[in-house]
Amino acid sequence: MSETAAPKSAAASEASPAAGRIARCFRQLSARGELGLVAYVTAGDPSLDATERIVVAAAESGADVIELGVPFSDPVADGPTIQRASDRALRAGATLVSVIDLVRRLRARTSSAAADVPLILFSYFNPILQMGLDKFADAASEAGADGVLATDLTPEEAADYRAAMHARNLDTIFLAAPTSTDERLAKIAECSSGFLYLISRTGVTGARSALPEDLPALARRVRRFTKLPLAVGFGISQPEHVSVLGGIADAAVVGSAIVAEIEKSASAKEAAANVARLIGSLKDAARSGISRRSS
Amino acid sequence: MSSIAPSVLEPVPDVRGRYGPYGGRYVPETLVAPLEELERVYAEACADPKFHAELDALLHDFAGRPTPLQFAERLTSHLGGARIYIKREDLLHTGAHKINNSLGQGLLAVRMGKKRVIAETGAGQHGVATATVAARLGLECTVYMGTEDMERQRLNVNRMRLLGSDVIGVESGSRTLKDAINEAMRDWVTNVRMSHYLLGSVLGAHPYPQIVRDFHKVIGEEAREQILQKENRLPDWLFACVGGGSNAIGLFNAFLADSSVKMVGVEAGGRGHTLGDHAVRLAAARGFTGARPGILQGTYSYVLQTSDGQIATTHSISAGLDYPAIGPEHAWLSDIGRAEYTAVSDEEAIQAAKTLARIEGIIPALESSHAVAELIRRAPKMKRDELAIVNLSGRGDKDMETLSRYV
Repeated sequence: MSETAAPKSAAASEASPAAGRIARCFRQLSARGELGLVAYVTAGDPSLDATERIVVAAAESGADVIELGVPFSDPVADGPTIQRASDRALRAGATLVSVIDLVRRLRARTSSAAADVPLILFSYFNPILQMGLDKFADAASEAGADGVLATDLTPEEAADYRAAMHARNLDTIFLAAPTSTDERLAKIAECSSGFLYLISRTGVTGARSALPEDLPALARRVRRFTKLPLAVGFGISQPEHVSVLGGIADAAVVGSAIVAEIEKSASAKEAAANVARLIGSLKDAARSGISRRSS
Repeated sequence: MSSIAPSVLEPVPDVRGRYGPYGGRYVPETLVAPLEELERVYAEACADPKFHAELDALLHDFAGRPTPLQFAERLTSHLGGARIYIKREDLLHTGAHKINNSLGQGLLAVRMGKKRVIAETGAGQHGVATATVAARLGLECTVYMGTEDMERQRLNVNRMRLLGSDVIGVESGSRTLKDAINEAMRDWVTNVRMSHYLLGSVLGAHPYPQIVRDFHKVIGEEAREQILQKENRLPDWLFACVGGGSNAIGLFNAFLADSSVKMVGVEAGGRGHTLGDHAVRLAAARGFTGARPGILQGTYSYVLQTSDGQIATTHSISAGLDYPAIGPEHAWLSDIGRAEYTAVSDEEAIQAAKTLARIEGIIPALESSHAVAELIRRAPKMKRDELAIVNLSGRGDKDMETLSRYV
């Protein structure tokens, strides 16, 4: 029998973690009137060494927050691009433990951009549950991670998880979706810390040509329930998307477009350069960001 | 005579979809609202006599219920032990028990105003049942199926297409049932507003394990009434195969409160004990490795996985049992000792199919053959006045390509 405890249901109500790197980052962005850029990479694709190099390049070229995707065998929320990246990472031997170790290595970098950038572990829940909530939270926080997002974990099932993460000052980021009712948005807002991640559309991850037309109204609806910064993701791939988001959100999350750059690169060096170029162009669009909302 | 002491078991699931510690709802946020809608609409339907009347009429006139409980006279004397009865779900329209649930959920889809259903399929039986129901109710239907399964169940692919459904091959992972469910979930999360995901087993996020169980519990209700009529007493043994576990739950459910009735769920022992060679989640005592409680595709239950939480590949000669997790209610019934879980190898299942064909004139599905194999193993050791019921969940026509190699 496994030592894995069944997730419990009791409501958790402890305070959210002391404001850390994530909150500081969003304060600074807001002060500059700038839209934040959250960059997702699948950790271990094509190797952990390559990911380290790519993350440093991403941070130095303007990514404000990095999401390190923990590869999973059955990524039901992901489209083909991130599915393929997960497969490559798993074949190369990446595990949750080795991704946490990557966090430690990034924090030890001399480059201040990489050593200080907020790092979020983005995982399906089963690998975290198998490691054990406390053991995972200890390891992640000790390595220098700032927050955790579990794709298939909703507030209703997250009481123990939140308690374990918040006890180690790890932010818990939850997803809000276009289908979320007002009642659910209130719950999601209450359980989130750091920022709230708004899924822009119904569907899986993956680059799209246009943003959904109802996105501004959706973002306004979410803001009624939270003072947390709002990051919008799913389908964001182009500078034009980022420009539009400047009037709507506090940050744009870009994932599949970055992963696609890595996929088409022949080496880690080339991948780092391609990702840096993409992030540079997205960040240029983001710099003309939030001021539009306040005007 | 048929009145039995009230259940000592708490009713499951609880309001949060838990069977003891198992079950729950682990999905991306986008899917929570449709699951809540399904839960609400199902509760309304349960309270609506018109829904029951419509479903009962379809089960009777379209699907062919009730199915017989047949006394297996020659198998009984061949094995020389318990008196054996076969619950003939294989005689249903489309050839397996799956149509019970497809009809029920099809009506729920209509009730929710959804014009399209999505289904996954392993052996193809749930896909065929859903394609059939979609045609009958005038719904669009898309079925996801691993390409490995499309190969070994080609006949069913053609049946679904003839019925007007789209069958989409899934190339990812082990190209079997688990991967078909992933792809069906991705379709659902994308087209959630107009589509209902017609999940085919007692798996997935709450309320699916409950809804699917409820639509199949007619199997056990009929069997209970039939055995009381024929033998004037309850059976001593129930046997059913368990992939996700829908036919087993359907049979077991009506007998849960009857403590004298022993229940045996039979998993796929495949070709060996090593992780990757079998699909045994609960019968770990028989030496199969790799199963621990975990989360797969929306529910917390026993899952075959690696030490760092990646879902393992599985093997079974029967596509319908070739799946790394088990329905959460089975995990609970195993934990509390109410049901026993065991395993049968590919080879034993094939032998059982041949035995049943030659002795009773019934070619069973390879899934159901696992239950028959366990019965054949145990019946000779039972007393002659013991009663055993085996659920023959499906017929073997779809498996003729595989079975032909062993004729």
